[in-house]
Amino acid sequence: MASGARAVGAAAVLLVAVPLGAVAFRAGGLSLSPADWAALRFTLWQAVLSSALSVGLAIPVARALARRRFPGRGALITLMGAPFLLPVIVAVMGLLALFGRGGAINAALAALGLPGISIYGLQGVLIAHVFLNLPLATRMILQGWQAIPAERFRLAESLSFTPGQTFRHLERPMLAEVLPGAAATVFALCLTSFAVALILGGGPRATTLELAIYQAVRFEFDLSHAAGLALVQVLVGGAAALAAWAAARRAGFGAGLDRAIALTPPGGWRRLADGAALVLAAGFLLAPMAAVVLRGLPGLPDLPAQVWPALARSVAVALASVVLTMTAALVLALGSARRGQRWLDLAAALPLATSGLVLGTGLFLLVQPFLPPARLALPVTVLVNALLALPFAYRLLAPEARALQADYARLAESLGLRGMARLRLLVLPRLARPLGFGAGLTAALSMGDLGVIALFAGESQATLPLVIQRLSGAYRMDEAAAASLLLVAVSLGLFWILDRRGRHAAA
Amino acid sequence: MLRLERVELAQDGFHLTADWQVEKGARVALIGPSGAGKSSLLSAIAGFFPPAGGRILWQGQDLGPLSPGARPLTILFQDQNLFPHLTLAQNLGLGLRPDLRLSPEERKRVETALDRVGLAGMGARKPGQLSGGQIGRAALARALLRARPLLLLDEPFAALGPALKADMLDLVAEVAGETGATLLMVTHDPADARRITEATVLVADGVAHPPAPTAALFADPPPALRAYLGQ
Repeated sequence: MASGARAVGAAAVLLVAVPLGAVAFRAGGLSLSPADWAALRFTLWQAVLSSALSVGLAIPVARALARRRFPGRGALITLMGAPFLLPVIVAVMGLLALFGRGGAINAALAALGLPGISIYGLQGVLIAHVFLNLPLATRMILQGWQAIPAERFRLAESLSFTPGQTFRHLERPMLAEVLPGAAATVFALCLTSFAVALILGGGPRATTLELAIYQAVRFEFDLSHAAGLALVQVLVGGAAALAAWAAARRAGFGAGLDRAIALTPPGGWRRLADGAALVLAAGFLLAPMAAVVLRGLPGLPDLPAQVWPALARSVAVALASVVLTMTAALVLALGSARRGQRWLDLAAALPLATSGLVLGTGLFLLVQPFLPPARLALPVTVLVNALLALPFAYRLLAPEARALQADYARLAESLGLRGMARLRLLVLPRLARPLGFGAGLTAALSMGDLGVIALFAGESQATLPLVIQRLSGAYRMDEAAAASLLLVAVSLGLFWILDRRGRHAAA
Repeated sequence: MLRLERVELAQDGFHLTADWQVEKGARVALIGPSGAGKSSLLSAIAGFFPPAGGRILWQGQDLGPLSPGARPLTILFQDQNLFPHLTLAQNLGLGLRPDLRLSPEERKRVETALDRVGLAGMGARKPGQLSGGQIGRAALARALLRARPLLLLDEPFAALGPALKADMLDLVAEVAGETGATLLMVTHDPADARRITEATVLVADGVAHPPAPTAALFADPPPALRAYLGQ
């Protein structure tokens, strides 16, 4: 088992390092054209703005969730976890249905005789990034609020603090501790968000590095240029991701957000403000989803023919990623728990420093001299998706594996429980819950992936997200919305089945 | 015969030596202040704590190279003696076959063992549905099934009340008698030692002293034991 963990750890490191090495080798240095500089500037600028907006807007929402009790509060917190599982392309389709040319907002503006708004360009990228990351930021900040001991709030009350004084002495120090991690996490996520830029960005004023990589590979056939851009992306994104991983102490999508805190909520205008924050946030998160459902439902009975094989490919890719990711995460977590080898923690987190497009470019460079890359589109997608999900799966499993080791390793040893029997009778039953949750998460992430597949796939390898992107690129928006509905239903369905299996096995 | 041959245990400022032996079938208590190394000594015999020096031998065989599961012993820990996700019958079955592929005859033996310790018909229950005393009984039933020649107890009944603990100790004596096992039992209560052991090892000041007759030892305690007992 220990040698297994070392082998898997080494494999994870190599699978990241070798493609990066190929990128660095092919790039042959950092020489950027003016267009490349513009892409770098836009990438950083939109990430800064997305992060500031997401975190800034998350503060009042988190505060309202922390200090108010109302029916549906639990459901709202659950909703805050959903965008992590939501395929990005579906979120974008929802925003297009709402803010797009023929969308509800523009229709309303036109009816009032006002000029329309455009969802494309910087503002569209920002709206999408806030939609995707506001919930994550809210959950991270909410955890900060709930981590303030109830005794402190009681003390504040007994000293008759005004809300302003409570903020200064209790809430501001907490925010100072929590906000950097939240902001860094959102910043890092927005640096590598390819699908949003692919659909809502583009052109000289709104091209990100990842979009430029994609264009260099797919349209310019200039692999050296792609490699150069990928190298810049690694340097920028890798540093940000590792900083965020270190700064963010909790993952933000875990359970257990309902610890009771003895907060006496302030009344007056603050009550109204909290209500407004919650209503606006819920509306902003729900409206695009409702728009996808409304627009997609009528088209479901007659989806274009290419949707079904694409769905089958997506499910196959997702399930293969689940097997790879969960096996690797389990072996690494058990090895780390048993031997306390810290480098395994790092090996499991390493993929965070890259992105699908960067790894994809590296693998493209490695494969392309020998085979037409399209032939390997699906295996490469499985591999990259599995790698990108590994840090999350590992983070779920590692603490449970440590507890398992601490509580039952001696008993298992003394009974001679080892090998397959130990896996079957001890490890799988005890770790069923995080294994199920991790598998569900991996499946949903992989189902929704629109990154490396866009680099590699030809006509006959497209997954469902890629088909949706092509449909929307051809302005077949109703069909794209219907396919999006199918994608989100299957993604969440897979998550639900796998998570539930884990819970049942654990019960 | 269990022989501790110039055994030395060392870890972060903790040091303990032991050089003595106990006859097969003997019942021995280990007593002494907390932190003196009673549990560590038991851990070393069970194979969880490699000694810094010396050898541990059973019937002339060096136990050093053997993994914990391969040693001729059963150990009961302070807690976590049962897997909470497995039923009682499964927990006991692990004592017969760690892969739990039990034959009908082996299942019958599990039932018999449950019956023997007063848990008849409870095979389908999980540990969470049992009292502390019942959990102790189940762990002893598994020791009965394993029937290894050494039985090590690291205060598994410390959390039980006095009457219940006395019951459990009597059951331990019966189990040891039925399997012919040599018993080594950590305790901090002289009454436990007097109840079922004929010899006692005093663990204090870095030394696990050779076993001395329990009754005589407590009748005229040496200074270290006197200090521990507060006399």
